[in-house]
Amino acid sequence: MNILAIESSCDETAASVVRDGRQVLSNVIASQIDIHTLYGGVVPEIASRKHIEQVDPVVMQALADAGMTWDDIDAIAVTYGPGLVGALLVGLSYAKSLAFGLGKPLIGVHHIEGHICANYIEDPTLEPPFMCLVVSGGHSHLVNVKDYCEYEILGRTRDDAAGEAFDKVARAIGLGYPGGPKIDKVSNDGDPVAIDFPRPKFSDNEYDFSFSGLKSAVLNYLNQCEMKGIPIVQADVAASFQQAVVDVLVGHSMQAVDMYKVDKLVMAGGVASNSHLRAAMEKACADRGVRFYKPSPILCTDNAAMIGAAAYYEYKKNGCSGWDLNAVPGLKLGERV
Amino acid sequence: MSEEMIRETYSEQDTYELGYSLGREAVAGQIITLEGDLGVGKTVFTKGFAAGLGVEEYVNSPTFTIMQTYEDGRLPLYHFDVYRISDPEEMYEIGFEEFIYGNGVSLIEWAGLISEILPKDVTSVLIEKDPAKGYDYRKITIK
Repeated sequence: MNILAIESSCDETAASVVRDGRQVLSNVIASQIDIHTLYGGVVPEIASRKHIEQVDPVVMQALADAGMTWDDIDAIAVTYGPGLVGALLVGLSYAKSLAFGLGKPLIGVHHIEGHICANYIEDPTLEPPFMCLVVSGGHSHLVNVKDYCEYEILGRTRDDAAGEAFDKVARAIGLGYPGGPKIDKVSNDGDPVAIDFPRPKFSDNEYDFSFSGLKSAVLNYLNQCEMKGIPIVQADVAASFQQAVVDVLVGHSMQAVDMYKVDKLVMAGGVASNSHLRAAMEKACADRGVRFYKPSPILCTDNAAMIGAAAYYEYKKNGCSGWDLNAVPGLKLGERV
Repeated sequence: MSEEMIRETYSEQDTYELGYSLGREAVAGQIITLEGDLGVGKTVFTKGFAAGLGVEEYVNSPTFTIMQTYEDGRLPLYHFDVYRISDPEEMYEIGFEEFIYGNGVSLIEWAGLISEILPKDVTSVLIEKDPAKGYDYRKITIK
């Protein structure tokens, strides 16, 4: 079954053709296309959220890259939440028109389920059940994946997402955007135990995360150094902050692995590209004899291939979506609307 | 609200409670702008505000999605974070007007970035530090 999938929930406009949920035949992300080619040499001031101008060329590119025509496509999949409503609606309206016009099934997909399913592409042998840590700029979830399309949220952030904390701390210590990769790199030269930043834990749900307080603790530390005239060692601040995030993410994940007695731990989302997090998680898993899975960076970022993978299992289990499918900006993981 | 009110808080809990009391008093159509540097306590204030409105959901930072709505309180809460907005025009793309002129309460973080498209009649909340008065001291100006 060949699924053409479209993703436009936040900044990226993306399209992909995926076969049977596991094999990527094409994977196009707008920000990676040569803009000169797309616009015939005229380069307009393109805001990242101009999905409406990008969705058509991106879809056509995905179809061409896969070496296919519409006759080869069996279904159209699209992200319908969570995300920015205007952005979601562009992809959704386009996908609906396409599916209706071609007389093919429409499959609505949850964005975070897509991130989780990116791992089915990375390792075609991976099967549920497994524990999954989803960490990105907009999301931080610890999810017990019981079966295909069956998710139990154990913990999530109560304020900022992990990736957001990286961006804001990077800005505060003068590293700039994108914060994740920059902190990752600078930390190689820093001392991760130089500063003891907080690792918050909640008594009413020990799997929940909170990163806003950690970000504030870093800013307070910087202010205190400034007032006392203590020089700030950028690499030490970055490494110590990152260590606090890594400790919390690995600690929570291992606690869940132990409690639910699963033998596989899977990571997903943009922050899953962080090299220190990968190394720490890999070691913690190895210590327990738990198998560790992580997608390659291209599948960690927002992309449509992951939506195509999720759509395949969604279709097999729950069939297609109705023509009244709407964008749901606050869609909860595991919810079906 | 035209008169100016200054509150001084000495802990996160104080800031949360001030947010809570404003949330309890919030009325339909009200727009609250929230300003202050990173790490000053905007998230804490917002959590209190949402709790005061009766929202039981976790109020996550909408930095990446720009806005998030909460329907489970006494009034709908439209929580905006326009930190990533580079041009106020982008706000129209997310249906900004339908929310701020709607029946809920809008709380807008980093509102200064889109001040030119905001109505005049807003409740502005400014949170500031004063290191001379201690690390946890916050001066909160509401007008």
